[in-house]
Amino acid sequence: MDVLKKVPVSEQDPKVRATNFEEVCLGYTMDEAMEEASRCLNCKNAQCVKGCPVSINIPGFVAAVKDGDMAKAYEVISESSALPAVCGRVCPQESQCEGKCIRGIKGEAVSIGKLERFTADWARENGIKPQGCDAKNGHKVAVVGSGPAGLTCAGDLAKLGYDVTIFEALHEAGGVLVYGIPEFRLPKSKVVAAEVENVKSLGVKIETNVIIGRSITIDELMEKEGFEAVFIGSGAGLPRFMGIPGEQAKGVFSANEFLTRNNLMKAFKEGYDTPIARGKKVVVVGGGNVAMDAARTALRLGAEVHIVYRRSEEELPARVEEVHHAKEEGVIFDLLQNPTEILVDENGCVNGVRIIKMELGEPDESGRRSPIEIPGSEYEIEADTVIMSLGTSPNPLISATTKGLDVNRRGCIICEDDGATSKEAVYAGGDAVTGAATVILAMGAGKAAAKGIHEYFQNK
Amino acid sequence: MYPIVKKEKLADKIFLMDVKAPRVADACLPGQFIIAKIDEVGERIPLTICDYDREEGTITIVFQTVGASTERMSHLSVGDAFMDFVGPLGVPSELCMEENLEETKKKNIVFIAGGVGTAPVYPQVKWLKAHGVDVTVIMGSRTKDLLFYVEEMRAVAGQLCVTTDDGSYGFHGMGTNQLQALVDDGQKFDWCVAIGPMIMMKFVCKLTKELGIPTIVSMNPIMVDGTGMCGACRLVVGDQVKFACVDGPEFDGHLVDFDQAMSRQQQYKTEEGRAMLALQEGDTHHGGCGHCGGDK
Repeated sequence: MDVLKKVPVSEQDPKVRATNFEEVCLGYTMDEAMEEASRCLNCKNAQCVKGCPVSINIPGFVAAVKDGDMAKAYEVISESSALPAVCGRVCPQESQCEGKCIRGIKGEAVSIGKLERFTADWARENGIKPQGCDAKNGHKVAVVGSGPAGLTCAGDLAKLGYDVTIFEALHEAGGVLVYGIPEFRLPKSKVVAAEVENVKSLGVKIETNVIIGRSITIDELMEKEGFEAVFIGSGAGLPRFMGIPGEQAKGVFSANEFLTRNNLMKAFKEGYDTPIARGKKVVVVGGGNVAMDAARTALRLGAEVHIVYRRSEEELPARVEEVHHAKEEGVIFDLLQNPTEILVDENGCVNGVRIIKMELGEPDESGRRSPIEIPGSEYEIEADTVIMSLGTSPNPLISATTKGLDVNRRGCIICEDDGATSKEAVYAGGDAVTGAATVILAMGAGKAAAKGIHEYFQNK
Repeated sequence: MYPIVKKEKLADKIFLMDVKAPRVADACLPGQFIIAKIDEVGERIPLTICDYDREEGTITIVFQTVGASTERMSHLSVGDAFMDFVGPLGVPSELCMEENLEETKKKNIVFIAGGVGTAPVYPQVKWLKAHGVDVTVIMGSRTKDLLFYVEEMRAVAGQLCVTTDDGSYGFHGMGTNQLQALVDDGQKFDWCVAIGPMIMMKFVCKLTKELGIPTIVSMNPIMVDGTGMCGACRLVVGDQVKFACVDGPEFDGHLVDFDQAMSRQQQYKTEEGRAMLALQEGDTHHGGCGHCGGDK
């Protein structure tokens, strides 16, 4: 064994998986996990923990895996994370825990994400649930949204003895974990539903089909239904479009729509009523994780797929692993290019995209080199479907219906580090605060807000 | 689960249901809509709220069977339940807000309802009547057998005109013809609300623009989540992209780009699977209203 390298993890063959929605990564076996765990240097001043937004005791759980004590490993993770089977699959480990790993200086970092996943999967397969709290303190807290921020906040509060109810606008709990991230990256019934059940097993109630701001407002929750504090984790909002000609044509979708039809409504499955456009040639605009998810979904539905991104490979915001997987499966990357117009046929349907080539100039305020159009480099490609994956703007529903809740210029809720908003006893976190970000950052915010809410009650 | 407590066949292929959904009934106002999902495999079907009973905790919906989903829905009976039923969604009608009542009372208002569009017009007229505002209602369909709610509407409207394309009941012609006739007769309107198939709303708006009557329309584009996430329901209103689910469903009809909206509504009719098109039509306003001539 080469201690400088990760124990490789088995994956479905790219040619096979490009045609199915089964999970790409098959995970470690017990032996592989123990071998990988033995690569951990068990640093006293563990840098990996500092890289984790929810501060999991990583050396602690990895040491338990090394010893084969999986129940202990799960217990250590559960102290900090309500969704380990999710995080082990979708966290950008390379820029967080694994990015700080001392092993990574000379060789490859310890595969912390894959070990977390293995631990959580082991616990689920062996029927082990997180430890709840028997002593209830009688305080009622409402959580808006059952995505990663809401589930984490609710789980942490329940462990502290609070009486927590989550209100979910959609018909299924999980937020972006069910509508956004596809099955092949995050299995819904096996992983997401199981982790939601774990949160419920802590005593958290989940009421679906309640849209806060419409079915009931935050003020009404507090005045009429007796909730003493509220956490808003309502997630990102409306999709952004480019504002170029042809964007309203038939065959232009937001990544959110395309993914929601496929993931939440299960349009890819036989027998489900919701339709989805199975394009022949699909252009996905954008370079984030959502763009990769949309591209790989379109590919699995049978299309030739091009990702058009205005910067170069180095600037792609998506996780390295997602880009790698997308390429292996046959997604074509048209980098340093940007659409200028969507071409439309006489029936109002997309039949192509006009694209201009770009070059990189000086770094902009984001620190990334800004793309500049190369004059005269425009060309056209054929396409019957265009999927815009350009991020989102905040949903106005809650901010518009909650008195005294301040939002910033972009419409995101303003809050302190502990999640406290301008309104007393109302906390917020996740994409509703930051704009579109990652699952783990939302979880970190949910965790911080749970702590903030607990302190609020203690000081009351 | 959301049990169906009443079901009625109003006309050929047009059904009414009362569904128990206390949270929705408690919060809803005229102009808003709900999303219903029959079961695990069902679509999310947006339907405008036609009436509500806060005491009983029920919502009334009216729908026409135009595709696979609404067809499937029509086979549900009292005692069955929807798996999911969420709302109220969208912004309530501006006319039916207490804070606008003084302004509303000063207006001469005409409602034009086409086909199943009669259903969402009814609660608005009823609300206005209850708040002391008498309005004119023009409601129409292709033929007498497709009319419903005539007596209910008569009870709440100040003036009711019923039209049929074939003259089998009431005024022989379309809603636009009736409005023109009323105006020619010397009646004055300074506010219009048109709800029905998109093509009917388009032609109403064309006429009211000529007549100088500001007009509100209720748009019913394709939707998925209905909560402001997917962007499927986007419309061009003026020069802006708007989302029917959170910005609407009511918009200034003189600013709506109807041609584009109608084209987008056909989205799933151009896909290879022609069978899909029927599936996506699970909505209330698709032709046969008597006002639009779109099905001729």
